[in-house]
Amino acid sequence: MNQKRTDLLRGTLDLLVLKALILEPLHGVGISRRITQITKGGFQVSFGSLFPSLHRMEEKGWVEAEWRASENNRRAKYYRLTSSGRAQLKREEQDWNQVVKIMTAAVESA
Amino acid sequence: MPGRVFSFFRNLMCRTAVDKALDDELQSSVELLTEEKIKAGFLPLEARRQALIELGGVEQVRTNVREIRAGRLLEDFTADLRYSLRALAKSPGFTLTAIVTLALGIGANAVVFSVLNALILRPVNVPNAQNFYLVQRFRVPTQAYQDYLDLRDRNRTFESLIAVKFTGEVGIDTGGNPSTAWPILTSGNYFDALGIRPCLGRFFHGSDEKGINSAPYVVLSHSYWRSHFEANRDVVGQTVEINKHPFTIIGVAPEEFRGTDLIFSPAFWIPIVEEPTVLGFNSLPNRGEHNLWVMGRLRSGVTPVEAAADLDALGSWLSKTYPASDEGIKFTLASPGLLGDALARPARAFMAGLMLLAGLILLAACANLGSLFAARAADRAKEVALRLALGSRRVRVLRQLLTEALLVSLAGGAIGLAGSVMVLHGLSAWQPLPDIPVNVPVSPDLRTYTVALLLAVASGLLFGIVPVRQVLRVDPWQVIRTGTSGTEALRRLTLRDLLLILQIAICAVLITSSLVAVRGLMRSLHGSYGFQPRNAVIVQTNLRMAGYTANRFPEMQRRMLDAVAAIPGVSAVGYADDLPFSLGGSDSFVYSDNTTEFRPTNQAADAMNYSISPDYLSAAGTRLLAGRDVTFDDCLKAPAVALVNRQFAVKLFGSVDKALGGHFKLFGGKRVEVAGVVEDGKYRTLTEDQQPAMFFPFLQNDSSNTFLVVRSKRDPAEMAAALEATLHSLDSGMPLTIKTWTEAMDFALFAARVANVALGVLGLLGAMLAVTGIFGMASYVVSRRLRELGIRMALGAGKREVLRASVGRACRLLLIGSVAGLVLGVAAARVLSHIVYQATPKDPMVLGGVIAAMLLIGLIAAWIPARRALSVDPLLLLRDE
Repeated sequence: MNQKRTDLLRGTLDLLVLKALILEPLHGVGISRRITQITKGGFQVSFGSLFPSLHRMEEKGWVEAEWRASENNRRAKYYRLTSSGRAQLKREEQDWNQVVKIMTAAVESA
Repeated sequence: MPGRVFSFFRNLMCRTAVDKALDDELQSSVELLTEEKIKAGFLPLEARRQALIELGGVEQVRTNVREIRAGRLLEDFTADLRYSLRALAKSPGFTLTAIVTLALGIGANAVVFSVLNALILRPVNVPNAQNFYLVQRFRVPTQAYQDYLDLRDRNRTFESLIAVKFTGEVGIDTGGNPSTAWPILTSGNYFDALGIRPCLGRFFHGSDEKGINSAPYVVLSHSYWRSHFEANRDVVGQTVEINKHPFTIIGVAPEEFRGTDLIFSPAFWIPIVEEPTVLGFNSLPNRGEHNLWVMGRLRSGVTPVEAAADLDALGSWLSKTYPASDEGIKFTLASPGLLGDALARPARAFMAGLMLLAGLILLAACANLGSLFAARAADRAKEVALRLALGSRRVRVLRQLLTEALLVSLAGGAIGLAGSVMVLHGLSAWQPLPDIPVNVPVSPDLRTYTVALLLAVASGLLFGIVPVRQVLRVDPWQVIRTGTSGTEALRRLTLRDLLLILQIAICAVLITSSLVAVRGLMRSLHGSYGFQPRNAVIVQTNLRMAGYTANRFPEMQRRMLDAVAAIPGVSAVGYADDLPFSLGGSDSFVYSDNTTEFRPTNQAADAMNYSISPDYLSAAGTRLLAGRDVTFDDCLKAPAVALVNRQFAVKLFGSVDKALGGHFKLFGGKRVEVAGVVEDGKYRTLTEDQQPAMFFPFLQNDSSNTFLVVRSKRDPAEMAAALEATLHSLDSGMPLTIKTWTEAMDFALFAARVANVALGVLGLLGAMLAVTGIFGMASYVVSRRLRELGIRMALGAGKREVLRASVGRACRLLLIGSVAGLVLGVAAARVLSHIVYQATPKDPMVLGGVIAAMLLIGLIAAWIPARRALSVDPLLLLRDE
């Protein structure tokens, strides 16, 4: 397991969580694994940040949660993107691309 | 964000369910992770350990999630609140002191503010009061009726102008029950111009005025209707006799309308064209008789500046058209309600001063509480340190302390406000002058409540932040290890010391000003008025009310004098048409003997005038400086003579000697010879500048107004009974008011008395706060240094050293604060000299009194802590540790 800890840029965690949920509903641990997977091990999300983020998004209505059986028949809380969550994801992606463009231009300029 | 709002309530309402769900989720996560680890080859126990490590501690995650939840702040707040309540309940002495201190401070402020609000901030209770103005002549509120008519008809800036005349008491008879009441006379357009609708019947209108005595109507005030007509709805159309003339009641005013004056509410309103009927004389045609108050509302869109310009133009027009009476006349705008600038200015200055003092009291209370809270925070250093060590953030600790302070301040504010509401209701119902319908409607309104709440919160924050620095400095490691918050410099001047000095200074200011006021009042009670109010009884009546006609006044008055003089024990009795310090008092222009044109600009003096009988001077105790008293030979057939006061003599003739036998002229050219000169006196108010005055023989200058001054050493109550019996044997229908002259002067001394009571109460509050402040400070020092004191005593320190160590500091602060306060108080006393006669701080009694009071305060406050310090038993103390 990659133990390298990368501090997440402020604000990117929400984007990653939303992105992780785009394919299918996942539980907390699943989301953590999916983020590691889609960032190719670049990010290791701590549960101390992941759960607050999930609960906040739930309160904001971006994700919905429901209890159901996991693949191993354990009860787990699954999070699913809502339509407003999808919209939020789209917004955050656009914002992120904007930031990347600007920062890349800035870094590559003389 | 509806979801967020929903969560907010869900988090608040079903906290346990929400927490349970989170616990379940975390639990299941641990299990999922454990499974993962087992699959990766760990043994179950080790797998679980690894899972917990990766999760990063269930408790931490749980706390993190809670932190972001909606309603988190409120949840913290309720926790703080519960904790604060517990903490406060644990030290009831401290809590009670704090709350009472604050309740006194805020209560005093609420009362003073309400009075300020009622008298100065709140406009007169008429519709659209914000552009309602009083039109003054120069700086004097009174106008002549003819000038009023010109102003009313020729101005272009007022919607309409009304005229009001205060008449004094009239006799009213509703059918066999004569009594007296205070009405006002008003122009016909009064109610229409003010926009008041009748509560019953109708009002009179401008169209009712068809010349002198054309509108014998009365409109009753709501309260008079209730108190004298049992709120009977059939009064409309009923006839009443006012000063023995029939008037028809046409309507009743609504309850909330009390006239255009703030503190005087008339019993009823009568059209001014009825003046001759009611008062027996007709001043309306005379442009030189200034006895009306003119008020009006500006037209919409007209600014006061435009109105002033309009009035200027009217003034110069009047000045040109009627030079004999109006030359140089100028009009100014003033706020109505408090008799124009005359009363409003000193009232405003005094109320502002009082508000400042009340503010200072609250500040002193805050300073007091600030040091109490600081001391408490220091004593709680251990608890704070423990909380910090357990991971509480400093912000949370501060927030909790602030919650405590706010809790105390709100409780204090609520109690203070409740107390002040009671005081204010009492004040509103209070009739300071029993026979005059004057009172101060100061019921608290929304503004009062707002101010009290704001003051409570502000003061809570103010004293709540005092211990902040202290808490921020706490080093948990140090405190928990040694049990003290480390090295605290006891020698240095701390914030607490400054607060205490401030507080003592404020207290000294309050004590200085109240002593100055009390001394001033005492001196004015024993001062020289130009007459001797002691051992004199006053009988007041009005012959017109009793049904006499003008030609019979002097004859009746002489009969009354003779009858009273025959009462055993009466050493002197005299008649006057008016007395100094009675509400009336008229003044008129006098001219030098060679004047031929009687214009205001030619006048030699504006002198008070009285008409008196022989022996009035001896009965009143006024000294005759030169010449002779008036006699019964100074009748209409004899040449016109007058006595004048010294001021008059000096002003017109240069000296008392030159005045004797000299002549002066009255308006219109009547020539008067000076027969005698009397000493100067006070005529209208205690604080007035010396006025010239003249006294005419009553046989040459008759009046229905009758005051008998009866000098006697007999008991006033006995005397009053004898007087009533004697005078009623002359005429049983004569309304009589009998009281001692000192009582009759109540009105003149009213302002000074009110000032005294107000300052006295504030001074007492200030003193109490200073006592508790010094006491708190000294006992805190003693308790902090008890061990040290014990050691010093064990090592042989004497009482003096112990005392110096325990209360010396408090005493030094007391000294600094007192000196500062005394200096400031002397400065503040200047303001007082406008209200209280002879208020001066340059008075050894005042200085001595302040010093004695401050010493006493110090002694009271330091007594208990000093006793405690002296009674320290070093053995017990050292064993205890």
